[in-house]
Amino acid sequence: MSMLKIFDVASSAISAQSQRLNVVASNLSNADTVAGPDGQAYKARQVVFQTALVGSRDAFVPATDTSAGVRVSTVTENSAPGRRVHDPRHPSADAEGYVTYSNVNPVEEMVNMISASRSYQNSVEVMNTARSLLQKTLQMGQS
Amino acid sequence: MINRLTDALDFHAQALVLRSQRQQLIAGNIANVDTPGYQARDFDFASALRAARGGGAAGEGIARDILTPGGRPQPTLRFVHPAQTNLDGNSVDMDRERANFMDNALKFDATLRFINGNVRTTLDAMKSPNSP
Repeated sequence: MSMLKIFDVASSAISAQSQRLNVVASNLSNADTVAGPDGQAYKARQVVFQTALVGSRDAFVPATDTSAGVRVSTVTENSAPGRRVHDPRHPSADAEGYVTYSNVNPVEEMVNMISASRSYQNSVEVMNTARSLLQKTLQMGQS
Repeated sequence: MINRLTDALDFHAQALVLRSQRQQLIAGNIANVDTPGYQARDFDFASALRAARGGGAAGEGIARDILTPGGRPQPTLRFVHPAQTNLDGNSVDMDRERANFMDNALKFDATLRFINGNVRTTLDAMKSPNSP
């Protein structure tokens, strides 16, 4: 029954998007983190999605029956230099009086968050539709 | 003789299988809306159903299904032409996929109703005229 695999596909999308939301939350909460004693501030992180075939383990399933799920392949770090602010009285200021903050761009993160939550909602809707269709299929011929 | 009863159902059963396959395909497209480089896929339902029926007389479809190694003929998948190009090479158009998903779900439902109607008609025909 190929409809059952929709749940695998949608749940893979949901878990990938929730991981993206997690990363966004981590970035946003560290938006104002200053550099520690090692001089390295928090670097903004981003997930990279990759297509993952669902249901291809079964040798009897034809190639076109494998459906495309999604998974997080890597989490990359943004290598851009951190925001530097002149504040000599700050305890973490360096010799020149600059404080290095993290390189998180809150605007980008908000956009990322909205995009992730919309994709999450879409996947939930896909699941609900598939569930109601399967339920109707189960009641086939009864009524 | 007995396949006369199931001929009408067979057409709808094949349509149902294809509808569920298309539903799964569109779900995959929706899941990969943020995957870089993913190409959206779809198939033409009408030609897939025609191919599944074999374009021949009713009843031929069943024999073909048993003979096909995979259980049933597979529809040919095609890449969707994107309405707007995307910087990361992803060709999923979310609006179109959602519309296709709802459209396909509705037609899946319609096919189920056809089957239910056929079953009810057959059951009515088998009933004794004396029973209420």
